[in-house]
Amino acid sequence: MQPIIRVENVVTKFGKNLVHDGLNLHVNEGEIYGFLGPSGCGKSTLMREIIMLEHFKSGSIELLGEKIEKIRMRAAQRLRLQWGVLFQSNALFTSLTVAENIALSLQEYTDLSAETIKDIVAFKIDIVGLKQFDGTLYPSEISGGMKKKAALARALVMDPKILFLDEPTSGLDPISAREFDTLIVKLRDLLNLTVVMVSHDLTSIHNTLDRMAVIDEKKIVAEGSLEEITKIKSPFIERFFNEGLR
Amino acid sequence: MARNNTLKVTVIEEAETLTYALVGTPAIQHLAKLEKKLTAVEARSDLTVVSWDLSKLEKMDTALAMLITKHNSLLEEGGCKVVFFALDSDIEKMLKMTRDHAHFNSDFEPQSESVLTLVGSDTVERIKKLGGFFAFFGQMSFVFLYSFSHLKHMRWKETVFEMYESGIKALPIIALTMFLVGVVVAYQSAAQLKIYGANIFIVDMLGISILRELAPMLAAIIVAGRSGSSYAAQIGVMKITEELDAMRTMGFDPYAFLVLPRMLALMIMMPVLIFFADISGVIGGMLIAKIDLGLSPSLFLDRFVEVVKVKHFWIGLIKGPFFALLIATIGIYRGLQVKNDTQSIGFNTTKAVVEAIFAVIICDAFFSIVFTNLGY
Repeated sequence: MQPIIRVENVVTKFGKNLVHDGLNLHVNEGEIYGFLGPSGCGKSTLMREIIMLEHFKSGSIELLGEKIEKIRMRAAQRLRLQWGVLFQSNALFTSLTVAENIALSLQEYTDLSAETIKDIVAFKIDIVGLKQFDGTLYPSEISGGMKKKAALARALVMDPKILFLDEPTSGLDPISAREFDTLIVKLRDLLNLTVVMVSHDLTSIHNTLDRMAVIDEKKIVAEGSLEEITKIKSPFIERFFNEGLR
Repeated sequence: MARNNTLKVTVIEEAETLTYALVGTPAIQHLAKLEKKLTAVEARSDLTVVSWDLSKLEKMDTALAMLITKHNSLLEEGGCKVVFFALDSDIEKMLKMTRDHAHFNSDFEPQSESVLTLVGSDTVERIKKLGGFFAFFGQMSFVFLYSFSHLKHMRWKETVFEMYESGIKALPIIALTMFLVGVVVAYQSAAQLKIYGANIFIVDMLGISILRELAPMLAAIIVAGRSGSSYAAQIGVMKITEELDAMRTMGFDPYAFLVLPRMLALMIMMPVLIFFADISGVIGGMLIAKIDLGLSPSLFLDRFVEVVKVKHFWIGLIKGPFFALLIATIGIYRGLQVKNDTQSIGFNTTKAVVEAIFAVIICDAFFSIVFTNLGY
């Protein structure tokens, strides 16, 4: 397995507020990787930096062999077609139906016929566990769990290599959340995805993550599998895993 | 990583057997070519066996698997046999998955309705909306009356804040615009009056037209554009983010907290704005009278006091609160009409401004008729 994402000495500053003070981590191909940490530690910020929505002050992030701190426009665009992002609030386009939301990238970036696009959309709708009928509905007409699935189908439509998930189970009921965990693992196996997620959900962390990084006090305090992490002595890790699981 | 996403497709035909050989890595952006080839084959009916050679395919993605699966199912329906050569397990897994999850007959088009149904449902919708507007108006009147009988509960702080936001802050733009309107009207009429040597009558013309009609209308139109739209957008976003619901559950009536202060603020400020619009409009006219007609300001003002009766000023001012009521009501009503999607904010904000300006003009026409018939 080779690293598909490599973060080296990343420093982030918002004004005078130092958020990250030299982060180092790597994500291997094919694994489900998580960013954990107390709220406000900059987990989401790190993810936003990796997907080029936010700038970092110094350091280097390498993604699929491209260094993103001095990437050219074309290379950046090529990268964007190789990942899918699921936002915390789903960010489905409210003026389009679910099927249209999913079909958008296909229409923009491929010359496939409308018929084939429709078949691909139908397939993605099925694979995330929605009913075909749901495709005709608008985002305002479906439930929170369905929106998550629809947004996931949209993130998967271009067969991405990496899938980024920002707190995928937040706002879902426990049953839907567990279903979602199973779905993520299933999709990783089926589609050979690499999944990077920010998560607070202990059960979800336990069920899905292969490896994870714990960010606390502006640094990475631990990186590794769940077993390795829980052995490390750190006030946050002890509080988070022990008290949380009790 | 795989930057050279190339997929080569070779089609070999022997007797009634067709073989596709796929070589390379597929990329969804470049699948259209393969799709065309496949469609051409689907149109034929002379084939009995189609085979796929995927041994040199480096990777399978779902879009390619989809195309292959659909192609095969179409051919098999036509009685053709489909065979795969040298299938590796990953590719087979992907193909099986697409077979399991594929739906070739899905239709995502919203169901189309007949014209009659559309007209009918639209009519019902409009009638409901009209009812909704009356309900809104009723609720508002109730809160209005209630608040005036409980002055202590009135949100004075918000009202004053809104007076500043939509009143004071609008002063410069209204004064400037009205000054320019005064200049333009004076300039055009001066050209005509000069012909008859009736220079002095410019005072009568300007005085009555500005005080009575132009200043109130212009102030109302600018306020509708500035505040009507901002009310609609503000309240619309608050509705989408469930802030209105949060207020209700906390016992803060949105009508008392949001609607009434805005309405009251605009009704208080509108006459003030009109007053300043009057002043700057007359100043603009006076400037042109001096430059173009040589009418000194003191002569202008003497004549002004003499011929422009004070009733014109009052009539202009009295329209203010009515215009303000219309603008605020329509803006807020449109804000509350926003549905749970981003597009409806734009739609309702536009509607708020257009309807407010329209309502102001209708109201003005009404006043014009009433006052004239009353002999004012």
